[in-house]
Amino acid sequence: MFGQLIMEGLAIGICYALFGIAVVIIYKTSEVVNFAQGEMAMLSTFVAFQILTIYQWPFWMAFIGTMIFAVLLGIFIEFAFLRPAKDPSLLGLIVITLGAEMLLMGVAGWKWGAEQKEFSLPFSFSNTHELFKGVIINDWTIAVFITAAFLMIFLFLFFRYTKLGVAMRATQQNQHAARIMGIRVERVFSFAWGFSSMIGAIAAMFFAARSTVDPAFMMEPFLRAFAAAVLGGLMSIPGVVIGGAILGLLENMFGYFWPEWKPIVAFLVIIVVLCIRPSGLFAKHYVKKV
Amino acid sequence: MDMKRGYYEDIQLFESNVVLFWSISFLIFIFTLPLYVPDYHFYLLNLVLVHIILAVGLNILVGYTGQISLGHAGFFAIGAYGTALLMLKMQLPFFLALPLAGFIAAFFGFILGLPALRLEGPYLSIATLGFGLTIMQIIGHWDFFGGRTGIQVPPLDIGFGFILKTDVSKYYLILIITILLVIAARNIMKTRVGRAFVAIRDSDIAAEVIGVNLTAYKTLSFAVSAFYAGIAGGLFGFVLGYFNPEPFNLILSIIFLVMVVVGGLGSILGGILGASLITILQFSLLKNIKEMPYIGDFLVAVSNRWFTVVGLENFGSIVLGLIMIGIVIFEPLGMYGVWLRIKKYWRTWPF
Repeated sequence: MFGQLIMEGLAIGICYALFGIAVVIIYKTSEVVNFAQGEMAMLSTFVAFQILTIYQWPFWMAFIGTMIFAVLLGIFIEFAFLRPAKDPSLLGLIVITLGAEMLLMGVAGWKWGAEQKEFSLPFSFSNTHELFKGVIINDWTIAVFITAAFLMIFLFLFFRYTKLGVAMRATQQNQHAARIMGIRVERVFSFAWGFSSMIGAIAAMFFAARSTVDPAFMMEPFLRAFAAAVLGGLMSIPGVVIGGAILGLLENMFGYFWPEWKPIVAFLVIIVVLCIRPSGLFAKHYVKKV
Repeated sequence: MDMKRGYYEDIQLFESNVVLFWSISFLIFIFTLPLYVPDYHFYLLNLVLVHIILAVGLNILVGYTGQISLGHAGFFAIGAYGTALLMLKMQLPFFLALPLAGFIAAFFGFILGLPALRLEGPYLSIATLGFGLTIMQIIGHWDFFGGRTGIQVPPLDIGFGFILKTDVSKYYLILIITILLVIAARNIMKTRVGRAFVAIRDSDIAAEVIGVNLTAYKTLSFAVSAFYAGIAGGLFGFVLGYFNPEPFNLILSIIFLVMVVVGGLGSILGGILGASLITILQFSLLKNIKEMPYIGDFLVAVSNRWFTVVGLENFGSIVLGLIMIGIVIFEPLGMYGVWLRIKKYWRTWPF
């Protein structure tokens, strides 16, 4: 029983972490907290839904189409909404992304209506394997774990060894210095948004398979993922994975004992953690220069 | 011309006799509004006034002190439930219950202000957001608060045997409270407290160096802002007559923030303008978008071709989103900035 709780908590926690990685990538490069992340992923999932159920294409084609759409959507939002804002304040950036969130939500609601739709991945929940005695793992969970592991390794190598990854880190640390060093900061931003939107779309498809698809379905997962990212410090990718895992475990444990209070456990934990460590668990606290 | 020669000229309520004249004319206009406007508009006007109180209060926190809050729907809910329950369960009169609910909200604001001392930016936004969700979860799940079914507010008995039933009579009550609170906010901003808030916004470290007590003033800012939200919430309950936890969600917090940003950060007038515009857009124009001349037909045609007509009600959120983005990109000072530019242009006109 306990093992099963841990397994389920871990699975959903890693799913939060996957989505949190998308938040972290954008924050790491451009220091924008992207409140529209959930809705960007939601729209991509709707595109996948459209391709799968209305056009009846096979899954892998739908997947590729969705990924292309997600990348273009991310690049478009950065280009159309974030880039024209000259020297915006932090609040201004938050308001822009909140505006993008409402915009995308409206578009999805206009196109697909508010009713909940079924969305299925090839990895089913009913296909289960017994790992140890009493611990059951299903295909969906395995897919989540494998995706997360691959993504972690890829991002680790990417940020450490590729030129683009280093350029992204440099941009985050000091935009102006990066520009002087010959980094095309705008392109780095475009790339970061497209890439992050893609990861978000993958995570959202996992969430959609777990529940249903409607214009508000990514709101809760986004808040959890954002909370996981804050817990991990908004900067470090291992941090967000650990944060997500902690969050998923705690939530599942609480959900078992006090189901009514499940939705707020995450936020109470976040507030307490932030009171003790204001920049999250795994980020160095940079002292602001005056 | 516009020079201020003394301290008392800077802090006086009306800058000049011209301002005084127009203010009084405007007051007379809004007090005699029922003479020109049909009664069925007053439900909307009451909502506008309630949101003005809230936006002015939120502007104290966001615009003047520079702290972000995504949890104001929580304070709004505390005010609404506090007022209604104090009157229902403790039989308190309205004029006692409303400020008391405001102070309860202010107390919670103070509590939320404590973590805000160490947090900023995204971390503060997630903390306030979590606070708002927590409040709603507690209210939604506790039978004492009426649970999911909601509660029916008691009759609005303001003492001396007057019971306000119609929207017009409620309008006068809310209008008077709104005017008092707006003037209070304006005056707070001109005192030591208000200047401390602005100093914290501009640079909290510099403010601390010159002797502003950050702990006291940051929590005070949260408390004042929450007090306004609480009062607004209490009145909101009476405007609706019946409410459940559902409307006090995250979207509402976002819309409150939109009001402040669209109106103009750091100005009382901005809060008023933004709240009026967004409320009217949301509750009137965008709700009946299909009935709008020309645009309505066009949108229905577009919906039939590419989208769904059922989903057309979501068009409002597209417009709100575009307004939010457009304001930040083109006019960071919001409608107040537009107003300033118009004023500047006409001052030297026709030169």
